[in-house]
Amino acid sequence: MNAITLPPVVPAKASPAETVPTIDSRFTVPGIRCAGCIGKIERGLALVPGVAAARVNLSAKRVAVSHADTLDADTLIDELRKLGFEAERAADNPLARDDAETKRLIRALAVAGFGMMNIMLFSVSVWSGTDAVTRGMFHWISALIGIPVVLYSGRPFFASAWMALKYRRTNMDVPISIGVILATGMSLYETLTGGEHAYFDGAVMLLFFLLAGRTLDAMMRGRARSGIAALLGRMGRGAQVVGEGGATRYVEADKLRPGMTMLVAAGESLAADGEVVDGRTTIDTSMLTGESDPRPAAAGDLVHAGTINLGNPVRVRVTAAAQDTAIADIARLMDEAGQSRSRYVRVADRAARLYAPAVHTLAFLSFCGWMLAGAGVYKALTIATAVLIITCPCALGLAVPAAQVVAAGALMRRGLLIKDGSALERLAEADEVLLDKTGTLTVGEPRPITLAMLGPRSRAIALGLAQASRHPLSRGLAHALRAEGVEPATVELVREAAGSGMVGRCDGAEVALLRPDVHAGGRADTLAVDLAVDLLVDGTRTRIAFADSLRPDVAETLAALKGQGLPAAIASGDRAEAVAGVARQLGLFATAAMRPGDKLALLERRAAIGHKVLMVGDGLNDGPALAGAHVSLAPGGASDVSQQAADAVFVGERLMPVAIAVKVARATMRVVRQNFTMAVLYNVLAVPLAIMGHVTPLVAALAMSGSSLLVVGNSLRLARAAGADGGKDGK
Amino acid sequence: MTILGFMIPLSLAMGLFGLGTFFWTMRSGQYEDMDGAANRILIDEDPL
Repeated sequence: MNAITLPPVVPAKASPAETVPTIDSRFTVPGIRCAGCIGKIERGLALVPGVAAARVNLSAKRVAVSHADTLDADTLIDELRKLGFEAERAADNPLARDDAETKRLIRALAVAGFGMMNIMLFSVSVWSGTDAVTRGMFHWISALIGIPVVLYSGRPFFASAWMALKYRRTNMDVPISIGVILATGMSLYETLTGGEHAYFDGAVMLLFFLLAGRTLDAMMRGRARSGIAALLGRMGRGAQVVGEGGATRYVEADKLRPGMTMLVAAGESLAADGEVVDGRTTIDTSMLTGESDPRPAAAGDLVHAGTINLGNPVRVRVTAAAQDTAIADIARLMDEAGQSRSRYVRVADRAARLYAPAVHTLAFLSFCGWMLAGAGVYKALTIATAVLIITCPCALGLAVPAAQVVAAGALMRRGLLIKDGSALERLAEADEVLLDKTGTLTVGEPRPITLAMLGPRSRAIALGLAQASRHPLSRGLAHALRAEGVEPATVELVREAAGSGMVGRCDGAEVALLRPDVHAGGRADTLAVDLAVDLLVDGTRTRIAFADSLRPDVAETLAALKGQGLPAAIASGDRAEAVAGVARQLGLFATAAMRPGDKLALLERRAAIGHKVLMVGDGLNDGPALAGAHVSLAPGGASDVSQQAADAVFVGERLMPVAIAVKVARATMRVVRQNFTMAVLYNVLAVPLAIMGHVTPLVAALAMSGSSLLVVGNSLRLARAAGADGGKDGK
Repeated sequence: MTILGFMIPLSLAMGLFGLGTFFWTMRSGQYEDMDGAANRILIDEDPL
């Protein structure tokens, strides 16, 4: 069971008869879009016997159901389907680990905001001229607020700076931490000795601005990750296992053992390697090998985890599970490939490598300079501190996250979920694209080749029948028909006959969607490999052939990428003949029949001669390449493994988000460079003032907020960058 | 100036109260589903 057991929930509605223990189950329901859906699901589920309460989370597209333990998850999924929603069991979100980190940052930000506002209240009074006694008192109160706030809100920076120093490195947090600590210490000394200038406001304001940047960054990551988590989970995370006496129960993938018999329904993916013991079907191996043609499988054939059953329900005896499956090798390759990625140094840290030593040298030199000029330790130290505060990278700390957050938000609206800012930086550097074929250039699902032979009535009936089934061919047909704007006909008495098709009645006549080799009411006699269904309306049979078609805007996208200076090539695991057709059609160089290791080796060869490759792929076989590429994207229909390995995931039928992503990433880096320039210009103006000793806390506060606002304002221009080419994809 | 002895603690107390409330809203999960909260007002209640 994948149900997450939580402490017992008080049932909202007393269950009939006796109080049964309730458990909580969570489901991802991608179809939740509006208030109507919330109402429908919550009210609909509440009527199901045994359900104590249901709560929809619209942002996460999840439903939490607290129900009697006699009710199993499959029943609830069925109930949701009756309400008109496809649902999946939700696993623990593997990407949500840094939720707690975001919350810590938000709390630190709130505390810094509170401190900043209150201290500023006193600082403004001090700046507008108070007598020495009041000033002393206000400094004391500022210290009482400021020191705890700095200790609390500064922790994320102090911790990170400490880690960097421990490994003898330096990052942005080192100058920040030194600046904040020196300013606070200096101000405390001022307060104790009744001095004139205390920088508590400056120190806390600095923390506030920097925390704002960090928090935005973390929230962006969190949103992208929860969006991706909602896409995960179509791969076999478990299976229906047939027990003694024929009863089935759901077993998670990692609890499957060799010897168990799985019942794999049409459209499900296999959770473990096994041998077909009963039934004949067609298996889609594209996720595992990249092959686009489905393979027939009958009793005695070996089938692998990660492949999808396209045909009939089959029984499969597990031969290897979890760590021993064919996928395990791919996982090992991915681990090795992912290590090169971690060597990438982010642009902010590269800037810090230059910036931190420069600033510290400058502060040290001004201290020495004023000492030599005979100003005394106290005055020299005050000035050195002012130099540190004024150069403290307030604008620099915001320069990168502000631009990246705005860009990621704009891309998210276009259907591209970027996992973090470093992905945008690497995306901007890419100079070559390597594309997988099946599922990346193509849609990855069977779609009708043409619907031209169907009349309006046939189309309506076909949709009426197809939308009642979860079979991949039915889903593909329904999708294509809906895309043409067909309204479904009312088909009565629809039933799905496993292995033969959908049968129903419309206007008194029998209508059906059948496998080509099944006669109305008859049995299957041969094994069909070609993907096709027959539509039976008014006694005539029309064959609808299926193929995995190219995404609608592949040519445009490749042209756009070429225009940006990124030549493309295909690396596919499919047979040479299948790849050649696509390659010729698109005019691309292609390599076929590549195993996962070959793709990775190809990437390494390109990297060795100095190319930065953007890898786009979806299958398990692309996993190592996605992890090893300079930067990688995966479509929303990709395997869980690929979505987790990729830097970003794009949803929808179109490939254009790939080109848009590169364009926006480059625009982002342009803005980041502008922001850096502004921050440096500001320093060039402010540092001489500080060195001369003209910077008072008032000047520091004005300069700090002014430069920060400038940088944030500049970054906001990016919001338009993603939409600049017209928003023409109908969203 | 004695009014300050009253006003400063008061303003600080109000600020702390706001901060405490914000922490409480975070802990009670009020930011978990912002889109949902915005949409829920549109749900028609069942007629009584």
